Amino acid sequence: MRSEAVTWALRRVGERTISSIERFGFAARFSVAVLTHSPAALRRLRLTLREIYFSGVLSLVIILVSGLFVGMVLALQGYEVLTRYGANESLGILVALSLVRELGPVVAGLLFASRAGSAITAEIGLMKTTEQLSAMEMMAVDPLARVVAPRFFGGIVSMPLLAALFSTLGVFGAYLVGVRLIGIDAGAFWGNMQAAVDFRYDILNGIIKSVVFGVAVSLIAVFEGYNARPTAEGVSTATTRTVVASSLSILALDFVLTVFMFRGIGV
Amino acid sequence: MNRSAIDLWVGIFVVIGIGAIAFLSLKVGNLTSVSSAPGYHLDAAFDNIGGLKLRAPVKAAGVVVGRVERIRLDPQSYQAIVSMKIDQGYQFSKDTIASILTSGLLGEVYIGLDSGGDTQMLADGGRIGKTQSAMVLEKLIGQFMFDKAAGAPVSPATPSQGVPGATGAPNAGPAIAGGTK
Amino acid sequence: MSVVEPGTVAPTCPTETAVQLSDVSFGYDRRRPVLRGIDMTIPRGKVVAIMGGSGCGKTTILRLIGGQLRAQRGTITVAGQDVMSLDRDALFALRRKIGMLFQFGALFTDLSVFENVAFPLREHTDLQEELVHDLVLMKLNAVGLRGAAQLRPAELSGGMARRVALARAVALDPMLVMYDEPFAGLDPISLGVVGQLIRELNDALGITSVVVTHDIYESLKIVDYIYFVSEGRIVAQGTPADVRKSSDPFVRQFVDGAPDGPVPFHYPAKALAREFARAQ
Repeated sequence: MRSEAVTWALRRVGERTISSIERFGFAARFSVAVLTHSPAALRRLRLTLREIYFSGVLSLVIILVSGLFVGMVLALQGYEVLTRYGANESLGILVALSLVRELGPVVAGLLFASRAGSAITAEIGLMKTTEQLSAMEMMAVDPLARVVAPRFFGGIVSMPLLAALFSTLGVFGAYLVGVRLIGIDAGAFWGNMQAAVDFRYDILNGIIKSVVFGVAVSLIAVFEGYNARPTAEGVSTATTRTVVASSLSILALDFVLTVFMFRGIGV
Repeated sequence: MNRSAIDLWVGIFVVIGIGAIAFLSLKVGNLTSVSSAPGYHLDAAFDNIGGLKLRAPVKAAGVVVGRVERIRLDPQSYQAIVSMKIDQGYQFSKDTIASILTSGLLGEVYIGLDSGGDTQMLADGGRIGKTQSAMVLEKLIGQFMFDKAAGAPVSPATPSQGVPGATGAPNAGPAIAGGTK
Repeated sequence: MSVVEPGTVAPTCPTETAVQLSDVSFGYDRRRPVLRGIDMTIPRGKVVAIMGGSGCGKTTILRLIGGQLRAQRGTITVAGQDVMSLDRDALFALRRKIGMLFQFGALFTDLSVFENVAFPLREHTDLQEELVHDLVLMKLNAVGLRGAAQLRPAELSGGMARRVALARAVALDPMLVMYDEPFAGLDPISLGVVGQLIRELNDALGITSVVVTHDIYESLKIVDYIYFVSEGRIVAQGTPADVRKSSDPFVRQFVDGAPDGPVPFHYPAKALAREFARAQ
């Protein structure tokens, strides 16, 4: 009756919490294993290059197109607001800082997680389901070194490049809208932007963010794939989990990193 | 997809990715400017720095010659000590005046340097003797009203020492800082 | 790394008994053991079948032999080495001498047929590409698929995929080959082909074969000895001749394919009268 239902609910919560913690510890051990197998993966450079192709090059279209549109929308919306304060010459600054500090790494990261992250999870999960990973183990080849680590490093290399490309296309899109379409002075656009965007402070921090996001997404993707239940539903659950977990991690890490990096240049 | 095609595409990808980073650094950011050039340090003491922040530019005749590196309070004199890093190529005389100015009404706060006539130049670690602090809005208004009330002709707030710097962009003026910052 | 010379039959198992299981017990879940007290001896050079109903633990035995699982009790010896006491490097060294054919092949879908068979050669030997090329084609030729070398696994039929996997399993001329349900889902012709290949490769290469299957017909044609596993224990064993003549009820049910016998037809349920006519 009521008390039974309550105790049952409590027990479920307890079980869930314990299994989450277990899972987290398992994930930590897995991450360490992947990292210790890195030298072997780097020796198989060909495999890593192949993975950079699959996660990076094949994501180019979505990243470039999204970057362009985001930049254009930023310019439109930004212009609308800045005009009220007579500050439309600061449009370049607004767009560049938004992209380089936040939107570039974060949006590119989210897109990467959905496109490449889910593909990696599905691929590894499917290899597990069809016993390919088992076969590899039985042939005395460590699947962590041959299958998992190259995908992990492929993701880490691709992410910062994709984020930079996103930001670049965004700035370009803003230029198209702001200067060509609306008519802001090109010199003011670029000049103010250059004066306000600092390499070390803004761009480097943006790159650091994208590397951190790359590590998070790649790790989650390979982990979920490697530990998927070897059935069709198992793989599909794992893929969904990758996208959700990666997206949440990116947003949470973004907050943490922003707090540390952009504490406000105050005294 | 054979191996050489994959290699080619990965190569293209990495090249344009690094190109994007380079573009952002050079065209969008300010990599080529002063931040990493060699320089020397100068200090200046101000009664009030207003809205001056770290990394604010230090300008002479409107040209950026350095950056603010450190701001701290002197516990004895209760003045703000600002340390600046100046580019190696620029020398300033010992009677240089440092003022805190704003570019435009809502613009950023920066330090303007006005070089004087002294033949001796400031060296690394030197202290700029003459400074003009930021104008605090409340004090300006208070002064204005006090003068008005006293019936005296309204006078602009007098600087602590020296001549108000007329440096910087055409619309630069004495830094008017909000009291709460 | 060892260099395998073409044309020679590599000396396989150093001991008389290739695999020995003594009192092995294992369960994925502590409370429900899948295997209880299994004793098995697999002599060198023979083809031995492990048979039983679905889900009775046959594949688990293969995984225990290969060291993918650790038994909770008992010892497993392969070529004189205690599998569970080996460290990671020694275990990997042992696995290089064992070939395994997985159910449905488990070919690497991102590689071609040629590259699949070449995989163990490239990973574990320093042979030059020309030598690898020749070896791979030799192995494919032995299973009759030399012409399919450039196809992708997705383009192969079930039987062909199984044969490619077989070529891959013997690529390094192992001393022991394990087959997990090699006959599952094949048409009669492919069945005959695979069965014949298992026997011929075993004799030609001087290896030992362990075949897990429930195809009684094919097995009786090619194996030297059969172990019957039911509910985690060995319930019967013998040569094909013994099995055909056996009067053991389990063996009889299995060989005759009778729906009911020691392995019951009905999954445990309530008595019939209590299940139906519930309105009463």
